[in-house]
Amino acid sequence: MKFVDEFRDPAAGRALVAAITELARDDEFKFMEVCGGHTHTIYRHGLEHILPKNIELIHGPGCPVCVIPMGRVDDAMWLAEQPDVIFTTFGDMMRVPGSRGSLLEAKARGADVRFIYSPLDALRVAIDNPDKQVIYFAVGFETTAPSTAVTLVRAKELGVKNFTVFCNHVTIVPPIKAILDSPDLRLDGFLGPGHVSTVVGNRPYRFVPEVYGKPIVVAGFEPLDILASVHMLLAQIRDGRCEVENQYGRVVKDEGNPQALALLAEVFELRPHFEWRGLGFISQSALKLNDDYAEFDAEIRYRMPGLRVADPKACQCGEVLKGVIKPWECKVFGTACTPETPIGTCMVSPEGACAAYYNFGRLHRETALLVGQPTTR
Amino acid sequence: MCLGIPGQVVQIVDADNHLAKVDVSGVQRTISVRLLAAEGIAQGDWVLVHVGFAMAKIDQEEADLTLEAVKQMGQAYYDEIEAFDSTAII
Repeated sequence: MKFVDEFRDPAAGRALVAAITELARDDEFKFMEVCGGHTHTIYRHGLEHILPKNIELIHGPGCPVCVIPMGRVDDAMWLAEQPDVIFTTFGDMMRVPGSRGSLLEAKARGADVRFIYSPLDALRVAIDNPDKQVIYFAVGFETTAPSTAVTLVRAKELGVKNFTVFCNHVTIVPPIKAILDSPDLRLDGFLGPGHVSTVVGNRPYRFVPEVYGKPIVVAGFEPLDILASVHMLLAQIRDGRCEVENQYGRVVKDEGNPQALALLAEVFELRPHFEWRGLGFISQSALKLNDDYAEFDAEIRYRMPGLRVADPKACQCGEVLKGVIKPWECKVFGTACTPETPIGTCMVSPEGACAAYYNFGRLHRETALLVGQPTTR
Repeated sequence: MCLGIPGQVVQIVDADNHLAKVDVSGVQRTISVRLLAAEGIAQGDWVLVHVGFAMAKIDQEEADLTLEAVKQMGQAYYDEIEAFDSTAII
């Protein structure tokens, strides 16, 4: 346990904080930790209080459970309530609320919802219950997606016919890009995710320094890992460097896990769009089963309600441009479609009708509605 | 969600199907080592286990470190061990 003690060594922590304070001087820095695991470490160990006040850690989108939009949870519940279905899911997802409650409540109402530890457990349930349809609710970033890939390869090898996957796997790079593209947030650098990077490696983050001019350091999960990574970010900035660095080299290799990446490529393809809770629709940010695995795709086998899910038809820019409808009459206006995460062209340009209305007109209209005035404008 | 918990390989159960038995905090269950097939996994190796899969080979020190960190998570650690205990991978 010697190594553990070294990573919790208060003297080492104090030395790092002193070095960070010195490098930061009086300048203000905002660094985003992308991964929910890092957020946990930061709160768990009170790192935000230990760091100098001029260094702010911003929490990122790296919690795969948190980013699943309500529409997908509704679809999951719909699937779970179909006749002769056993719906399998990680425990985390059981309590995520959809618009009609959670999977836990669906289970209480009689749906056969089972929590499993591994997708391979779900496959086992399918093999043990040949007269039932078994659906696996797949969520997670690239950390978890390879496990689904292996399970699908195995299902195909074994010729299992009563097993499908409701795929909600998301990828880490597009939300980082969306955040960097957002005009609202000025960030000075990123703490890159640790366990996602065991799969994808460090190369996918190169665009962060190369295109956006921001440093990124892939970080481990110990408190000293976080502090060391913050120090590495500041050192880059003070040295005039801007690159991808790996603080978590004892687990993460530069090239990631080529075998896991090959399995992802064998089974999945990118979706054109995927809705993220809080971030809206982000293009090419999620995975679906490719044609070779279509027989295992729950979205093909079942006609789910699919409300507010990656449906470009929801965007009514055409009608807005033609004057057929007003911006606020579009179903996704101001909800899925905002200037930060536009779906259509009218919301992209600041001069577009939707963006202008979103930024300036919306509040007036809401106020007018509140006091019962006509709202034709 | 991206929780990785260290386990030590105690037995290669089925080499063709890349299945190995690992010990996580005294609980022994079968997991898939298919993602590390190229590296090769042997009895005695330490691996980072995530949803029933070995994600990365780690050394003893990293294993101790990570296990300590995960134990610090309290309830999340017990939930993970309980979930691991329930697995029935074939």
